[in-house]
Amino acid sequence: MADMLNIALPKGRLGEKVYGMFESAGYAATASEESGRKLIVENQAAGTRFFWVKPSDVAIYVERGAADIGVAGKDILLEYEPDIYELLDLRTGNCRMAVAARKNFRDDTRQTLRVATKFSNIAARYYLSKGRSIDIIHLNGSIELAPIIGLSDVIVDIVETGRTLRENGLEVVDTIVPISARLISNKSSYKFKSRAIDGIVADISKFTEAEA
Amino acid sequence: MNISDNLLSEDEKAIFALRSLYRQHGFQQYRMNKFEEYDLYAGNKDYLMSEGVITFTDTNGKLMALKPDVTLSIIKNCRDQTEGMEKVYYNENVYRVSKRTRTFKEIMQVGLECIGSVDDYAVYEVLMLAAQSLAAISPDYVLDISELDVVSSVIGALGLGEDDEKAVLKCLGEKNLHGVTEICEGRDTDAGALDALGRMISASGDPKKTIAELQGLPGAENYSAALSRLGCIISLLDEPALAGHIRIDFSVINDMNYYNGIVFSGFVDGIPSGILSGGQYDRLMHRMGRRSEAIGFAVYLDSLEYLRTQTDGGDDIDIVLLYEEGSDMQRLRDTREQLRDEGKQVLVTKSLPEALRYKQLYHLKKSGVVTLG
Repeated sequence: MADMLNIALPKGRLGEKVYGMFESAGYAATASEESGRKLIVENQAAGTRFFWVKPSDVAIYVERGAADIGVAGKDILLEYEPDIYELLDLRTGNCRMAVAARKNFRDDTRQTLRVATKFSNIAARYYLSKGRSIDIIHLNGSIELAPIIGLSDVIVDIVETGRTLRENGLEVVDTIVPISARLISNKSSYKFKSRAIDGIVADISKFTEAEA
Repeated sequence: MNISDNLLSEDEKAIFALRSLYRQHGFQQYRMNKFEEYDLYAGNKDYLMSEGVITFTDTNGKLMALKPDVTLSIIKNCRDQTEGMEKVYYNENVYRVSKRTRTFKEIMQVGLECIGSVDDYAVYEVLMLAAQSLAAISPDYVLDISELDVVSSVIGALGLGEDDEKAVLKCLGEKNLHGVTEICEGRDTDAGALDALGRMISASGDPKKTIAELQGLPGAENYSAALSRLGCIISLLDEPALAGHIRIDFSVINDMNYYNGIVFSGFVDGIPSGILSGGQYDRLMHRMGRRSEAIGFAVYLDSLEYLRTQTDGGDDIDIVLLYEEGSDMQRLRDTREQLRDEGKQVLVTKSLPEALRYKQLYHLKKSGVVTLG
């Protein structure tokens, strides 16, 4: 049991999709092991144990060694900069980190730009690289509301299709970075379980290429 | 006085073992004050692993700091020499902001520094002691070694701008090959250097094999001297006790503004992050106006808590000896002495502490000693 590889996956659609990749590669739990509403499922033969956590917590589980490997969005990795290895771009969960504002927004560079976001570090680094003075307003949800009611000038958020933005009269004014799901590993686990982890990376990458 | 091994915590055992190890190799203990003038750190902020420094104003008006680092203090006080070598070890508390909790933390740190003329033997000796330090903590350890001159030569050969070079270096530290490919995509990068970098990212294993593989690549002449030196040092480390524990891993990338040449990082199974970090830091010496070369490492003992959590689970004490009003005090004393003579740990108390884990419970009644369980 001690040699089982603990794998943290994000709850939700992305987690299900990624679990499908593990399933295709032969690492997922068998039907009998998967039965019920278990929080943790195992595949004894493959030596894998899966559990699902809040997407933003995956990197914490991996960095702290509670999970040997995991799947986290690039947005989370850029925001929290966990001390982990980023072994594979799974090329799924594709979206982008973008700056959005009300239609016809014009940036008045004489004034400090008010930026509402859940991703304070990403936003701060982006505007620092541009030399733009900003005031970050950290919000935990409903980011799109901020420019509509005048709380901020722009928002920095994840944009997938842009539909939510359009529905709220907003539009993308700049793309900061493309985002997708990444396979990450705890640094220490990689030292002592490298054969198993490299095996998974090699097997999963075949299905990643199919996704691309 | 004999101190039983099971009385010592994991970090206390490690401290004794490491001090003994370093003394056996002629290192002298370096003792220092808890405080240091803040100016020492203000000029080398990037070198410090943590941003925050606890400061206070001394009675003479000087701004002082609780030491966030030991190496800078040793450099400041060591003799600046280009021949010979000063070898010191230390066992000190440092005060840093924990990246995880964002609060200040007192961290027990043990380490060593060699300051003077750093030749291949000095590098070998430091690496050997780093490996033995890890072995003293756990038999399941890995010492990853990298060579920054090789790394900077290969990244430099890519022909990228400064920002992209930094981004590539970050990717190397993350073993992020797809990130490197993304950065280099559409750029006129040197194919040979990109291939070498790819191999460096995926290399983490047999040192001799990795060195031979890199030596055979086109463009290897740019870093062959550094690679040969690494090979020479690796061959000195080729002894049965270290077999399988020493690996080449180019993802170890200490700050190149301070470090050069060999850098390394140590891991122990069961501890999720690196427990040992070190390297050659001639650049830091030069930034501080010193001519000496230097190499050293630190072991972060606070991480050993992870091992304690895993092994802990035993009893708090062997025996609880309960007594009551009216118990014979003479008999109580003699019973305790008798049990202690048998090598037992004994807690004498009138009431049983809540949640205490014990092996046996004795109850001294007026009638005599009764074993309850």
